[in-house]
Amino acid sequence: MKKLLDNLVLAAALVAVAGLFGCSKEQPAPAPAPAAPAPAPKPEPLKAAWIYVGPVGDAGWSYAHDLGRKAVEAKYGDKIKTTFVEKVPEGPDAERVIRDLVAQGNKIIFATSFGYGDAMEKVAKDFPDVYFEHATGYKTGPNLRVYEGRFYEDAYLAGVVAGRMTKTNVLGFVASFPIPEVLRNINAYTLGAQSVNPKVKTKVVWVSSWFDPPKETEAAQSLMNQGADVLLQNTDSTAVLQAAEKAGKYAFGWDSDMSAFAPKAHLASCALNWGVYYDKAIGDVLGKTWKTEVNKWGIKEGANDFVKVADFIPADVKKQLEDAKAFLVANPGAVFRGPIVDNTGKVVLAKDTVADDKWKGEINFYVKGVEGKVPSGK
Amino acid sequence: MNELALLLAATLSAGTPLAIAGLGLLVNEKVGVLNLGAEGMMLVAAVAGFAVSYHTGGEWLAFAAGAVAGGLVAAAFGWLVIWLNTNQYATGLAVSLFGGGFSAFVGVDYVGRKLAERPDHALPWLGDLPFLGTALFRQHPMVYLAILAAVGIAWFLYRTRAGLVLRAIGESPESAHALGYPVRRIRLAAVVAGGALCGVSGAYLSVVYAPLWVEGMTAGRGWIALALTVFATWRPARVLLGAYLFGGVTMLQLHLQGRGVQLPNEFMGMLPYLATIAVLVLISRNPTWIRLNMPGSLGKPFFPGL
Repeated sequence: MKKLLDNLVLAAALVAVAGLFGCSKEQPAPAPAPAAPAPAPKPEPLKAAWIYVGPVGDAGWSYAHDLGRKAVEAKYGDKIKTTFVEKVPEGPDAERVIRDLVAQGNKIIFATSFGYGDAMEKVAKDFPDVYFEHATGYKTGPNLRVYEGRFYEDAYLAGVVAGRMTKTNVLGFVASFPIPEVLRNINAYTLGAQSVNPKVKTKVVWVSSWFDPPKETEAAQSLMNQGADVLLQNTDSTAVLQAAEKAGKYAFGWDSDMSAFAPKAHLASCALNWGVYYDKAIGDVLGKTWKTEVNKWGIKEGANDFVKVADFIPADVKKQLEDAKAFLVANPGAVFRGPIVDNTGKVVLAKDTVADDKWKGEINFYVKGVEGKVPSGK
Repeated sequence: MNELALLLAATLSAGTPLAIAGLGLLVNEKVGVLNLGAEGMMLVAAVAGFAVSYHTGGEWLAFAAGAVAGGLVAAAFGWLVIWLNTNQYATGLAVSLFGGGFSAFVGVDYVGRKLAERPDHALPWLGDLPFLGTALFRQHPMVYLAILAAVGIAWFLYRTRAGLVLRAIGESPESAHALGYPVRRIRLAAVVAGGALCGVSGAYLSVVYAPLWVEGMTAGRGWIALALTVFATWRPARVLLGAYLFGGVTMLQLHLQGRGVQLPNEFMGMLPYLATIAVLVLISRNPTWIRLNMPGSLGKPFFPGL
């Protein structure tokens, strides 16, 4: 009798486990195409899928991408059908998820983090009739292209505001990993501040993560303890902003509008607007004009913007901000203009030269005014 | 000088969650139960505390909710290892994994939510002292409670009869059983108490320390607390020392980075772990002391009547 009972319990447990595994972990596709009364068959909606590295509720990077997805879904209506998978770890799991999405019939896949590059490249080779778009990557192929935002434009504008709002002339930067993208932002922040206040210095702390609120809080506190009173971050949560609010200092939102989290500390948000790029990408596929290219969009194209500038910022600072913004719209990406000296004294960009993509892509130093040395390794 | 005071203050604050969780695990291990599910308990309590704080705006209610949540998970864990005598290591791991997934699932709606503003805490007269004020007396009350808890647990374990019984059960449950003590019930009570402390620690993390909820936000602090308890040879004062040392070196390495110290990034990240292990091992290297303090029946199942 006991043996029968044991077997029954075991069988029930196995069934339960199998049932749990059977449930897909992906989100269901929203708003399928409505039934058409017309006799002519409707064209199949284009199936598009996104993979995110974090949760969509993070108010940061993945949230911004999801807003872009929703925007493009609203615009194209029943011509497309979108799905997304969140919290996909970078690595072999990513490849499995991407293959799974292709198997479900998606014809264009957007991978929204640098670490998905290898997985995208592998899967793209196997499915030449599916389009692959990799954000912030660099590997391309006949059906794989990369897109990126000129985030450093926003960092530069943040620097312009920070340089005027700081009282201690020490700025702080909570950084994730020492890759060129983050170094560009640190340097742009410092250059922007120095353009309005040559005395500023920037201190950097590396948290080795894109998203770790307790660590980001500790890093922000550490920077403020050393005198930094305006903080910028390259990490994706609101922790730094909230730490600044608690301590009575200033900070910026990053990736999205974070003004609601810190009414007194929030100076502005470096918000990303991926919707405009996704609009183009979907349009390319539907209009059959898709081709391999590298797209780096910025303020001019509307892909990122400096939003919710605080009311308490003085009018003359706002004017300097507007001037800087107008300059960037007229000269996209021209944040790095010579002469630029790194913090060991070496001239890295000659006078009257504007940095090109190669220079920006290989950046591995701090400009003068940033304290410390770039950590080696990723 | 002010920087040093701020660094000390940050040390106390950063070490508190580890200290509270470590003390809870100490109680568990002193009674002979190895609780590898600490991380899971902390996470479940963190999401519970955050949810309660978000809906009610209260802080202490959130800590209470965290304690209850941690205690409930611990009760389930206790029932499994004490009454059903499942392997303590495997069950603890399972509880950790379960806690991680369950808290992520329940907490999906709370990601990105903001809690109400918290006032700054400072002791009325002591908080204004020039150096010590900033360093020691402008902390959240939970920091002082952690120290009080350590004192209280030490007093309970070593100066009361109930604590003696608890330690006796941890050394040799068979002997305690022969003497007529309800071994399993006392063990369960200790496991639940320890789990409640881990829960308070988890709630402190999500409500006060980094007032956000995101899945996995304890970032391994449960495991660190476990290691702390072992390296501290199960003595409450050393658990406190280890916790503050870990917190302190974490803040120090961030501070040094901000100062521009030229050490590799990965080494800096490793420093808190290295330093804590090194110090605790060095001060606890007397093998006799280790044998004296290690609970004799740690991790072993107890079968009354066998």
